[in-house]
Amino acid sequence: MRRFLLIAVPYLWLVALFLIPFLIVLKISLSDIALARPPYMPQLDLSAGWEGIRSFFAALDFENFRFLTTDDLYWKAYLSSLQIALISTLLTLLVGYPIAYAMARSAPEWRPTLLMLVILPFWTSFLIRVYAWMGILANEGLLNQFLLWLGVINEPLTILNTNTAVYIGIVYTYLPFMILPIYSALERMDDSLLEAAEDLGCSRMSAFWLVTIPLSKNGIIAGCFLVFIPVIGEFVIPSLLGGSGTLMIGKVLWEEFFSNRDWPVASAVAVILLLILVIPIILFQRNEQKQREAEG
Amino acid sequence: MAQTVFAPWEDPTEKPLIQFKNVTKRFGDFTAIDDLTQDIFEKEFFALLGPSGCGKTTMMRMLAGFEAQTEGQILIAGQDMARVPPNKRAVNMMFQSYALFPHLSVWDNIAFGLKREGKDKDKIAARVEEMLRLTRLSKFAKRKPHQISGGQRQRVALARSLAKAPKLLLLDEPLGALDKKLRQDTQFELMDIQEKTGTTFVIVTHDQEEAMTVASRVAVMDEGRIIQVSTPAQIYEAPNSVYVADFIGDVNIISGRARPEGDKVAVRWAEHQPDIIGTTSLPFADGQEIHFAIRPEKVAISAEEPQDAANKIAGKVLDIAYLGNISTYHVELPTGHVIKAQTANTRRLSRRQITWEDPVWISWTDTAGVLLER
Repeated sequence: MRRFLLIAVPYLWLVALFLIPFLIVLKISLSDIALARPPYMPQLDLSAGWEGIRSFFAALDFENFRFLTTDDLYWKAYLSSLQIALISTLLTLLVGYPIAYAMARSAPEWRPTLLMLVILPFWTSFLIRVYAWMGILANEGLLNQFLLWLGVINEPLTILNTNTAVYIGIVYTYLPFMILPIYSALERMDDSLLEAAEDLGCSRMSAFWLVTIPLSKNGIIAGCFLVFIPVIGEFVIPSLLGGSGTLMIGKVLWEEFFSNRDWPVASAVAVILLLILVIPIILFQRNEQKQREAEG
Repeated sequence: MAQTVFAPWEDPTEKPLIQFKNVTKRFGDFTAIDDLTQDIFEKEFFALLGPSGCGKTTMMRMLAGFEAQTEGQILIAGQDMARVPPNKRAVNMMFQSYALFPHLSVWDNIAFGLKREGKDKDKIAARVEEMLRLTRLSKFAKRKPHQISGGQRQRVALARSLAKAPKLLLLDEPLGALDKKLRQDTQFELMDIQEKTGTTFVIVTHDQEEAMTVASRVAVMDEGRIIQVSTPAQIYEAPNSVYVADFIGDVNIISGRARPEGDKVAVRWAEHQPDIIGTTSLPFADGQEIHFAIRPEKVAISAEEPQDAANKIAGKVLDIAYLGNISTYHVELPTGHVIKAQTANTRRLSRRQITWEDPVWISWTDTAGVLLER
């Protein structure tokens, strides 16, 4: 009985905070827009008894999902989100791997400090940090002023409100999620493995490709998913740093919800987004499980 | 005796495979290797023995190419190794941690070095199979390192380091992680493999028994210097210093003043006690400080006074350590010295006559011990 209670707590948590909200969103996505409060139809009317429930279910349909296929804005936004997520995951990996590598190779007494520095940005609000980037990347921003002062450029570069700014913002924000799993994989690696590889005829470079990279593979995969999954639905970074040309599904969803007040369509967008994310999430879980099995 | 004894170090025409020439290695202020000169010959099984921090691992890592000497020269097969990186040396190493690649199977671990040479696939496969047979691992070829036992892992590491047929194989505490029984079996296996392949082995160990068992020559090291290099028997029977005598096996040391008497030397070691008579080829001056070292198994113990022993001292049994096949008696002398005497337990325990607090005589011949200057 006590064991059951212990397991029941997290399950209740999951049901109350994940399953029920999801069902509500799903229900709204199957409803119709209405000029009412809340702005959708139908509402469940339990006072009408069995008949009320029946008419409630009869009023639900997939019209909103069908609507998403008629306007190419939506699938373009999904594709563009996937593309931005993919490219920025790659960029984050390219920036994060050397940092994680350097951290894992540094003297052991320095590692806690370096780890602290990686986590430190989390102590400030995410929103404030993105606003700070606006100040850096703007036409009269710090970066342009610095480059003008150096004489590298003659007129300010337009970075803010472009996709470049979005990439910079995403790489900056999600870098710790990439660094930490890779660092933990590299830190566990026995240095004598590299010496053994060299001893057996590898150059430093080939030892890196044949030993270091395969042994940090799980860290790389974990880091990539930790970046890729949230970036697909990212809203704050594209709306603050991106311009009108930046198309991301998070932004579309926000606009449907708050500008158009079309809750049913917004919910349909969210449900599709969730379905898209289920695939990488399952792959991620499988990778984690495989790693645990290999260690156990 | 028609069989020739393997002793290239005694043949002045023999060319050494490895030459250390006045090699010094410093890490900052710390001197790990101090002006060391030593030759190691082909097909030798050479053991570097010493406590941790004596420089034995540094010597090995310099041979592998992971450390560069601060001063001096290291030659392998006549070639100066100063600027040769580890991957360009015909030297392979078996690591203390084995350093097996966890993401590769046993087969791929053994093939790793061969693939780097760019040999064709059939040749690599043939060589890997040969190594698997040599180390009796054929059944485990497809397993990953974490799926096999410690002893098997040790053999994979050995097979991997032998696969490229190196001129020189370095073994860093190769048996340290194995339990005692397995270690003893593996020691003989190592000797067997060394003989079969004809490879020169240099082994680093802190286990004197291991060094004595496997090596053709043992170098006893301390604080970056080699104190003595000799065959295991010589090291044991004729140590050149108190340090070596004490490091290898059990020993009784009695210090005193020398008094030469013809070809013998008497050691004055205590008032009201007869001098200890020993034999030596070293010249000792009258009154010079001298250390007499004798192994416990060379000290006889008896209840009655022995008649014709060159050295005999009366004492009292302080302690008895029963080890099954042998017993060690700790005999306290009137001077306060405690001497260990060992006897084989050829009789059943109940029939032995010496017990605690018994007055006993310990005795030994005039050639049983060694006389040491330092």
